Amino acid sequence: MEWGPVILTLQLAAVTTAILFVLAIPLAYWLSQTRSRIKPFAEALVSMPLVLPPTVLGFYMLLAFSPNNAFGEWLDDRFGIRLVFSFSGLVLASVLYSLPFMVHPIQSGLSALPQALSEAAYVLGKSRRTTLFRVLLPNIRPAMLTGIVLTFAHTIGEFGVVLMIGGNIPGKTRVASIAVYDEVEALRYMAAHGYSLVLLGISFGTLLIVYLVNGGYLKRFSP
Amino acid sequence: MIDIRIRKNLQSAQGRMDLHLDMSLAAGQFVTLFGASGAGKTSTLRMLCGLMTPDAGHITTTQKTWFDHRRHINLPPQQRNIGYVSQDYALFPNMTVRKNLEFALDKKQSGTIVDELIDIVELGELQYRKPGMLSGGQQQRVALARALVRKPDLLLLDEPLSALDREMREKLQQYILDVHRKYQLTTLLISHDVGEIMKLSDRLYEIQDGRIVREGTPADIFGLGKSSARFRFTGEVTGVQKADIVYIVTLRIGHDQVKIIADPSEAADLQPGDKVAVASKAFNPVIRKI
Repeated sequence: MEWGPVILTLQLAAVTTAILFVLAIPLAYWLSQTRSRIKPFAEALVSMPLVLPPTVLGFYMLLAFSPNNAFGEWLDDRFGIRLVFSFSGLVLASVLYSLPFMVHPIQSGLSALPQALSEAAYVLGKSRRTTLFRVLLPNIRPAMLTGIVLTFAHTIGEFGVVLMIGGNIPGKTRVASIAVYDEVEALRYMAAHGYSLVLLGISFGTLLIVYLVNGGYLKRFSP
Repeated sequence: MIDIRIRKNLQSAQGRMDLHLDMSLAAGQFVTLFGASGAGKTSTLRMLCGLMTPDAGHITTTQKTWFDHRRHINLPPQQRNIGYVSQDYALFPNMTVRKNLEFALDKKQSGTIVDELIDIVELGELQYRKPGMLSGGQQQRVALARALVRKPDLLLLDEPLSALDREMREKLQQYILDVHRKYQLTTLLISHDVGEIMKLSDRLYEIQDGRIVREGTPADIFGLGKSSARFRFTGEVTGVQKADIVYIVTLRIGHDQVKIIADPSEAADLQPGDKVAVASKAFNPVIRKI
């Protein structure tokens, strides 16, 4: 077993989580406030990765970004970006695939806050932005932590979408979950064990953090 | 001077209601909105704040127009400079008492007002606590102080004392009266409590099903102005008993149970639950329904 795929997995999870955190806050805020008619459509799109087979998402992204296609060719010619079989492609796929895991906790956290809080801030002359950052978000810290950790853990657990769009290129797109598959195919069970145990540990550890913090367990032991 | 003329179709628990208000608040006045729940009082305050949009009419102050249906003016709450204490106080749980007040400061405003207000409502010892650690009366004081930080043109109080016990109410009524006078506020209060209204307000509007049915000074409306009483209490009838040729009326006034003798004509239209005023002229107490 090598550490390369594990480090790549952690990098992918960290970058994806960071991007999604920034993207999800305005999206979740909009979903929690809007009465627009397109809200159900937006919500269905955000939730789709929960039910869609990852291979389907990966397949369409592969088609869209392939340099043999008009859009992929344009990206390549214009910006020199090739999203197929590259780390940036993996990041984009992961962002789409983990979107509900970040948006849902933040959205439900915001919806659960009493409307009177934001109204009080508006009457005190504060803009929507100030209200969001100084009143609403600080009061949903547990929901934000849940979003961050679940996104991180879910990205670590990705397989299908990564395999479709990234392939299995060592050092570029060969993440730990794919390495397990690869080693098993080659009948190298010891190496597969190594990756599997590391993944098991990381997944359990991250989820444990959520439940320890949100359950108030850590607070009980601090003065 | 704030001139209010608004219409709004409301969906309430009792069905549709057409709120139709026409009132004006003179600068420096303490005005009370009185009426049964569901009469449209809270909706009125929310429309003054800009949290709810009237269907028609206008709201104008001496300086600017807050709302005018015909001219398509509807200032957002941020631009109305209102102090609003809602029924549930809506304190920010993530901030300490002091931070709650400081949050309300305008960008260029000096922070001295925060110290001043903390002093007035006597929250100095609690200023670094979070609202979750405070009692109802303390939270109410924080909400009141926070609403005053921006020196509002209009202070709106939505039954701020209804959740508190009588002793705390009386203390807080004094705080409200003090700040109303000190900052020369125009204040609009929603209240059900006759004693509270008598103590605080200069003018009273009674609302029923979205319309103003009576307006005047509290003494006029509660019929207390005409007697030249030496003393006067308001209370609630808890029982009426016949004893020989007179009736004994039991009243709850504040914490006390009081028995008063009434003649049959007085007792005839009194029933448990009625609000009454008891006044005494020299020797004999006069009991009158309000």
